[in-house]
Amino acid sequence: MKLLVTLKRTPQRDARIRISEAGDSLDLDNVQFEVNPFDELAVEEALRIREAGAEVEVVVVTVGGEECQQQLISALAMGADRAVRVEPSGQSLDSLRVAGALVAVARREEPDLVLAGKLAVDDECGQVPAMMAGLLGWPQANQASSVELSEDASSLRVVCEVDAGLETVTLALPAVVMADLRLNEPRYASLPGIMKAKKKPVEVLALDELGDAGSTRSRVTGFRALEEKSPGVRIDTAEELVRALEERKLV
Amino acid sequence: MTDTLVVIQAAAAELSKSDLSAAGFGSQAASAAGGVFDILLLGPMASSLSSTAAGLGARTVFTMSSGELEAYTAEAYASAVEAFLEGRSWRLVAAATSSSTKEYFPRLAALLDVPMASDVLKIESSDSQRVVFTRAVFVGNLLATVELEAPRALVTCRASEFEPPAAAAEPSTIQEVEAPSGLAHPGKSFVGIEAASSDRPDLKEADIIVSVGRGTRGPGEGIPLCEKLADTLGAALGATRAVVDAGWMANEFQIGQTGKIVAPEVYIAIGLSGSIQHLAGMRNSKTIVAINTDPEAPIFDVADFGLVADLFDAVPELTAVLEKRGG
Repeated sequence: MKLLVTLKRTPQRDARIRISEAGDSLDLDNVQFEVNPFDELAVEEALRIREAGAEVEVVVVTVGGEECQQQLISALAMGADRAVRVEPSGQSLDSLRVAGALVAVARREEPDLVLAGKLAVDDECGQVPAMMAGLLGWPQANQASSVELSEDASSLRVVCEVDAGLETVTLALPAVVMADLRLNEPRYASLPGIMKAKKKPVEVLALDELGDAGSTRSRVTGFRALEEKSPGVRIDTAEELVRALEERKLV
Repeated sequence: MTDTLVVIQAAAAELSKSDLSAAGFGSQAASAAGGVFDILLLGPMASSLSSTAAGLGARTVFTMSSGELEAYTAEAYASAVEAFLEGRSWRLVAAATSSSTKEYFPRLAALLDVPMASDVLKIESSDSQRVVFTRAVFVGNLLATVELEAPRALVTCRASEFEPPAAAAEPSTIQEVEAPSGLAHPGKSFVGIEAASSDRPDLKEADIIVSVGRGTRGPGEGIPLCEKLADTLGAALGATRAVVDAGWMANEFQIGQTGKIVAPEVYIAIGLSGSIQHLAGMRNSKTIVAINTDPEAPIFDVADFGLVADLFDAVPELTAVLEKRGG
């Protein structure tokens, strides 16, 4: 069985992100990067499926320049077997092109399951994995909080955290599953894991060789800060609070 | 081509606040591009909701339902909209952000090969080739301008940022569209849904939300006090991630970046510090009240009214004052 985990390099979760002076880009010079936390959950889930006893190869893939190498190595250090990086050669890609590139990799690798985070914490679009499912024609489950492989490894039972509660679905493999917060707790890479990761193969594929459509139709053209909120008032008692809310006709 | 199609999942007996906001988005998008908007009601309640939907100012309300659309699956819903769009054309196809549209809209974008903008807050401009939106990025800490350059595009909108449309002078035409067969994916089965039963209003519908943090110390301690306050106010109950992770409340109550994003008239934050992920889910609430013992808690930075107090004293006091005033 083969599991393909897609991941993205994103700024560290507590990083302070500044807008460039021109307002058209972000100043990321002094920012540290990591594996998108939701993708880390996907890596962890793949490793757990392997550890549950199935004969499994875990392949991680990202689309991005050489700077993404470190995040692939982080996933290899957690325990993934090998990595693939799609090199976009400086082109800026929208979600559909990223999904297209990842689907091209999926067609080469022929995995039984694609695992991904439900959202990247930088742009927060949450589009790529579901686009992959659409392009591949595979069933999908989003916001997964529990994943269980059937005994014959032909299907998955997935619990999803939806607006109305917990939804259970079954997916025949191959399928695409997107990890949510409560799916698991990702492990830290061990020291031997980190040493081994350096020797694991990382294949680099050029975007142009993967049948890329070549046109980016969605782009971010500017950033701005949130409007400053005027400071609120401190109140001392419950009565005073009710009076203030009454004055605003809120209760 | 300047028209917008708003897709509404017709699963409940009534249109939700989010559905009305989606229609409001459609109306705004149509006027930005100089066109009109239409509504597609998709799902088992499509016919019974059509007369209400016909009062929202759309040109046409289309209805589509079939056995395969009875229980929602991303695969069937994406294929249904794809089939509906065959031979028809809209500038924008839009829906309110929800756990369903997060799942099936990107799938639909791939099926149609059109770009998509997720969870937009504002329409900046729209013409036949380019549409520009504002959306939140980096845990709601920054706003980004997103341009989609294509004659057709998909968009989900954050319902709390769009007002329902003004009442229509003329009702829409209602048109039933037959759903083709073969929409469901043979590899996907819906097994069931488990929802916490509650008599309180839904988080996305409520005017007032009482939100519970870890400081309440759980169901045996502070949470019942918050529930009593919520019931006195007729409010919905919400929670932080920590409260859901601890198993004190179910996942559908979680407010924040990855839970629900809400903007009620009044948001009462109790015993929660205000992580950036939580703030991303509630900072646009019209009036924010915070009750916390820690005067340095970040929730006070966004609060209109801050009460530095022990919630175990303040919440029952607040409930008592409200009850006395009501009686």
